[in-house]
Amino acid sequence: MESENKIKIRVENLTKIFGPKSRIPEAQQLLEKGENKENILKKTKCGIGVSNASFTVMEGEIIVIMGLSGSGKSTLVRCLNRLIDPTEGKIFIDDEDITTLSPNELRRVRLTKLGMVFQNFALFPHRTVCQNAEYGLEIQGMAPEERRQKAFTALEQVGLKGWENHYPHNLSGGMQQRVGLARALAMDPDILLMDEAFSALDPLIRSDMQDELIGLQQQLQKTIVFISHDLDEALKLGDRIILMKDGAIVQSGTAEEILTNPATEYVARFVENVDISKVLTAESVMIKPKAMASPEVHGPKSALRFMQKEGFSQIFVHDKKKQVIGLVSADAASEAAQRGEKDLFSIMQKDFIHVTPDTPAADLIPILADIPYPLPVLENGKMKGIIIRGSLLAALSERGRSSDNA
Amino acid sequence: MPRIPLGEAIEASINFFVENFSFLTIAFTRIMEGVISFMENTLMLLHPLLFIVIVAALVFWLTRKRGLSLFSLAGLLLIWNMQLWDATVSTITLVLIATLTALVIGIPIGIVAALSSRVNRVVQPVLDVMQTMPAFVYLIPAIPFFGLGKVAAIFATVIFSMPPAIRLTCLGIQQVPKDLVECADAFGSSRWQKLFKLQLPMATPTIMAGVNQTVMLALSMVVIAAMIGARGLGGEVWRAIQRLQMGSGFEAGIAIVIVAIILDRVLQHLGSKKQ
Ligand SMILES: Nc1ncnc2c1ncn2[C@@H]1O[C@H](COP(=O)(O)OP(=O)(O)OP(=O)(O)O)[C@@H](O)[C@H]1O
Ligand SMILES: [Mg+2]
Repeated sequence: MESENKIKIRVENLTKIFGPKSRIPEAQQLLEKGENKENILKKTKCGIGVSNASFTVMEGEIIVIMGLSGSGKSTLVRCLNRLIDPTEGKIFIDDEDITTLSPNELRRVRLTKLGMVFQNFALFPHRTVCQNAEYGLEIQGMAPEERRQKAFTALEQVGLKGWENHYPHNLSGGMQQRVGLARALAMDPDILLMDEAFSALDPLIRSDMQDELIGLQQQLQKTIVFISHDLDEALKLGDRIILMKDGAIVQSGTAEEILTNPATEYVARFVENVDISKVLTAESVMIKPKAMASPEVHGPKSALRFMQKEGFSQIFVHDKKKQVIGLVSADAASEAAQRGEKDLFSIMQKDFIHVTPDTPAADLIPILADIPYPLPVLENGKMKGIIIRGSLLAALSERGRSSDNA
Repeated sequence: MPRIPLGEAIEASINFFVENFSFLTIAFTRIMEGVISFMENTLMLLHPLLFIVIVAALVFWLTRKRGLSLFSLAGLLLIWNMQLWDATVSTITLVLIATLTALVIGIPIGIVAALSSRVNRVVQPVLDVMQTMPAFVYLIPAIPFFGLGKVAAIFATVIFSMPPAIRLTCLGIQQVPKDLVECADAFGSSRWQKLFKLQLPMATPTIMAGVNQTVMLALSMVVIAAMIGARGLGGEVWRAIQRLQMGSGFEAGIAIVIVAIILDRVLQHLGSKKQ
């Protein structure tokens, strides 16, 4: 995903401790000493919400926060718009320190930059679906006609056209959740904070909404902080994933980094049930081709020699600009060599199937079953690598094992 | 052990206020008496029959309940027939003024108490005192401030009937789910926006229950207030007690019940409709 590499959110050493004010410093000290959550709770009656979390989110990025129940995901996200005041640490949004804002400045930031979708919907029961969706705009002071228009658009986006004048309690849980989403979308904020925003949706609509969200993010370059319990959802949505345990961030990185290289046993246990082939891409299972032929310098004979040396029965051919233009089989090359031909073009097979580096590994398996040659991985026509069945299976089984055992 | 002069202290402080401020309250009383008799006279201008039909129609328009509307019609006709019409109008006027005053003071106090725990800590014990203190006791200081008559009665009625308005307003606002308040915050609502767009609309059914109770308490107080010259239906009851006229005592009592039922059902309906 291309982004301008501008940091949108920066969180530095964020800590949130819940509990009686007088005992928080004590809890803080214990936390610094590395005492664990239960002991701190026992000794000081203070609960650790978030402990010393630091991360950044780039503009236009979807970051998914994962972790077991009670690991502090909601608390972390609530600190971002200061529904919860952090105990310690700094939060910058567009280089503005959120933690030091006055109430009025905070309201301005919430109004213009931060939309939120709540875990438990938090719809206003006395307002219709449309009035719910336009709430943020109403607060912004937008004219009734205009905000109605925007609310309608947002509701249509989430598939609730025709429900505008119903009340929330007439809607199913999934529909209510979509109203919550529409309410945030209607405001058109830079940043969307989504606390398990899709957890109440059935799998089909959920998948649709995920696609919708990805589309939206690509179109509008929203920055999205998404909390999820569901690893598959995280893998689908997240440019990066942050894993939390007992309030602390245990690992953050791309899905692949986390899956193939879990930092702790906790992470490994967390990810062990993932279908690894969905996460790995062509790029991560391909191997470097040992040799390529160019028609300008190689004839059938030298091509044949390459193949014999490497034990392949096909070789790919590229032109001067390194564009892959076809492949030659060992059989054809040896026949041409016997006939004394000098030209590779005449025996070259010009149409072949190829994939791009980001093709999921799961899609590669059926392709490989159908073709008699190694599958080339091309980027802009240039050879990045090839995939042969053996190497794919090896990669899958090895990665799978490493996350099982770790 | 020496007796603690609690009563003396209270009396002394009330006397202090009477001596220094009663000229104000007495002036206020004169004005209020004018307002009250103006209202009464205006209502009396209508022919009772016309008045009754209007009330019945109004009840139907507000509640869409034919039974209640017919009950109002029949009940008020009975009151007219018992020749208690003037007393009833006078009582309704008194209840109306007392309730409005109690609500205008009580609802804002309830709101403030709900939003500020410090105010709440002061208000709650005061409410406890107001609600458990026998209603008669309010009548005593009402007299030096407002003289015998309707204004003193209204004063006592306001004090007596205000607590439910405060309590239930406070409760209604506190009962708004925390996650909704949080949501309103997350969308950048100001205090006022939060109050008017979320908290008050959601608390309306509870507040209406408080209004209902306030009206009922005001109505029950008018009988007691008759002791200091409020007249009206309470006056009729009071006179019947003094003369041991069982029949006319019950007649006035029935008239109060009729008025109470009509007001209660209409207000209940208005409260539940909002949900
Ligand atoms: N208002 C609060 N007062 C005291 N403790 C709290 C409060 N809110 C959260 N906590 C504690 O902070 C920790 C993190 O809670 P949080 O709600 O952030 O978890 P979560 O990861 O969102 O869980 P879930 O997946 O169940 O939503 C928990 O141990 C919880 O008990
Ligand atoms: Mg949560």
